[in-house]
Amino acid sequence: MADNNNNYWKANIALIVKCLSIWFVVSYLFGIVLVDVLNTVRLGGYKLGFWFAQQGSIYTFVILVFYYAKSMGKIDKEFGVDEK
Amino acid sequence: MDLQILTFLVVGVTFAIYIGIAFWARAGTTKEFYVAGGGIHPVANGMATAADWMSAASFISMAGLIAFYGYGGSVFLMGWTGGYVLLAMLLAPYLRKHGSFTVPEFISDRYYSKTARVVAVICLIIASVTYVIGQMKGIGVAFSRFLEVDYETGLVSGMVIVAFYATMGGMKGITYTQIAQYVIMIIAYTIPAIFISFMLTGNPIPQLGLGSEMADGTYLLDKLDQVVTQLGFAEYTTQARLSTTNMFVYTLSLMIGTAGLPHVIMRFFTVSSVKAARESAGWALVFIALLYTTAPAVAAMARLNLMQTIDQPNAEQNLAYADRPAWFKNWETTGLLKFEDKNGDGLIQYTGDKKTNEMVKVDRDIMVLANPEIAGLPNWVIAIVAAGGLAAALSTAAGLLLAIASSISHDLLKGVWRPNISEKDELKYSRISMIGAILIAGYYGFNPPDFAAGTVALAFGLAASSIFPALMMGIFSKKMNKEGAIAGMLSGIGITLLYVFQHKGIMFVQSTSFLGDMDPNWFLGIEPNAFGAIGAVVNFAVAFLVMSRTAKVPAEVEKMIENIRVPASN
Repeated sequence: MADNNNNYWKANIALIVKCLSIWFVVSYLFGIVLVDVLNTVRLGGYKLGFWFAQQGSIYTFVILVFYYAKSMGKIDKEFGVDEK
Repeated sequence: MDLQILTFLVVGVTFAIYIGIAFWARAGTTKEFYVAGGGIHPVANGMATAADWMSAASFISMAGLIAFYGYGGSVFLMGWTGGYVLLAMLLAPYLRKHGSFTVPEFISDRYYSKTARVVAVICLIIASVTYVIGQMKGIGVAFSRFLEVDYETGLVSGMVIVAFYATMGGMKGITYTQIAQYVIMIIAYTIPAIFISFMLTGNPIPQLGLGSEMADGTYLLDKLDQVVTQLGFAEYTTQARLSTTNMFVYTLSLMIGTAGLPHVIMRFFTVSSVKAARESAGWALVFIALLYTTAPAVAAMARLNLMQTIDQPNAEQNLAYADRPAWFKNWETTGLLKFEDKNGDGLIQYTGDKKTNEMVKVDRDIMVLANPEIAGLPNWVIAIVAAGGLAAALSTAAGLLLAIASSISHDLLKGVWRPNISEKDELKYSRISMIGAILIAGYYGFNPPDFAAGTVALAFGLAASSIFPALMMGIFSKKMNKEGAIAGMLSGIGITLLYVFQHKGIMFVQSTSFLGDMDPNWFLGIEPNAFGAIGAVVNFAVAFLVMSRTAKVPAEVEKMIENIRVPASN
């Protein structure tokens, strides 16, 4: 039981690390640190770096939170710790 | 119909809705008062969270800030949405599993200490009271501008309405009014944006319109860059906020602060399960993103409309002061817009050069409110915008007031002073503390302290540097003990307050700022408003240092941590 819960927690942490890496890349890297480089590419009327800073990062955040909720639902079941 | 009457009508209808909900959603138990009974649907809670979260600052000020900061304004967009990713993964599900009514209650259980609880209550009250002052001011300003009543009359009307539904229904009444307020708010925000986007680009979706071509074939953002640089302003799409480091730290501070604000966290105590808490965070972000992805379009289009109304390619054809439109005159009377004919030619020159610029004051806060008028939209749109601004301020004020009231009645009274109090008495005292909180907020609304403008930033700094780290370590570190957590919270707040006060003055009194508000004295070039993330780092570091030298966590607390980490009940 204790082992199962530990492994469940490790799976959760791994998923969080994965999601937060993407969270970091789209906002801090694409939107701030690498913004000038990305701005040389265009997305319609948007400079790409500017788009990530004011639009793209927010869309990605929404997708990430739902992806996390869905994946955790599966992991809950896999380890038999879901709410019955 | 006359704009005045229309506005009274629309605002009157929305207020009638709030009062109707107050009667329908009365709270009969403490569970209903604190967490709305704990069975709110994830989508409904997401919508209420969005209204709770988006304040007068988001609705009125944010697009105005972006309009003038351009790319630099992105810190608010990313910072105030990215926090929900942290909340959804690092806090909400586990706090919901624990099942407490308030944030300090969790801290008290996890750190087996009443001292920790009191420290958390103090952090919560400082953060929430400073935040609520801004909302009260927003209510007064919106009333006085749109209904042309006194600031004071507006403020009292707002207080009476909030007192009514928040005291009767507690979290239950607040939840259902917030859902109604979200709907009003999002309609009020998107309708003018759709109109303006369609007028400028032919594309009615503002998020796409911002990246589209205008009638003359140039992209809207390129056109804006061209117009502003010609007049001597910084290029819109690339002007950074101070430095890359500053933008990085500022964004991080806002994200951590968002995740640590108690009135937002509390909303996740109202759903029925861990699974619902995770989903609800996603829905909250969807509803917030609707407004937050529209805001950059509102900002850029408002800036372009404003510049093009005044400045012409040939400066001799600029708008003459005598021909200024009605909205210009209206805002002049509020003092938020000021013109000074420096060269005496009777024409308005709006430029980026301080010497020749004649628009000596363009308050950023007027951009969203004046935008429909600048674009010449019909009166009913302007009336809805007024109701939306009020909904934004009222919904956030109510959430904050509940956070303050419950920390007094549930954490201090029941948790520390009188643990044996009956449920009926606690409910009575929770209502009394709600009235008390409204009176305090109202007092500051009537006598806005000089520091009102800086206080929202301070609220974020405190939430980021004290509450977020304490909660996160409580969940993710089994070894964190009470000594570490308390020392961490106190040093996190301490260093943040010290940094803000040494640059902005003690309690924001200018003359007491011993280092002056000057960039050369800023640590790594970080502005005081952005310091919360550094405070959080100090909090973590001190907490782990103190922990390593003090007693271990009791076994039963370790069990509790293991329990909150899994959704299933044992």
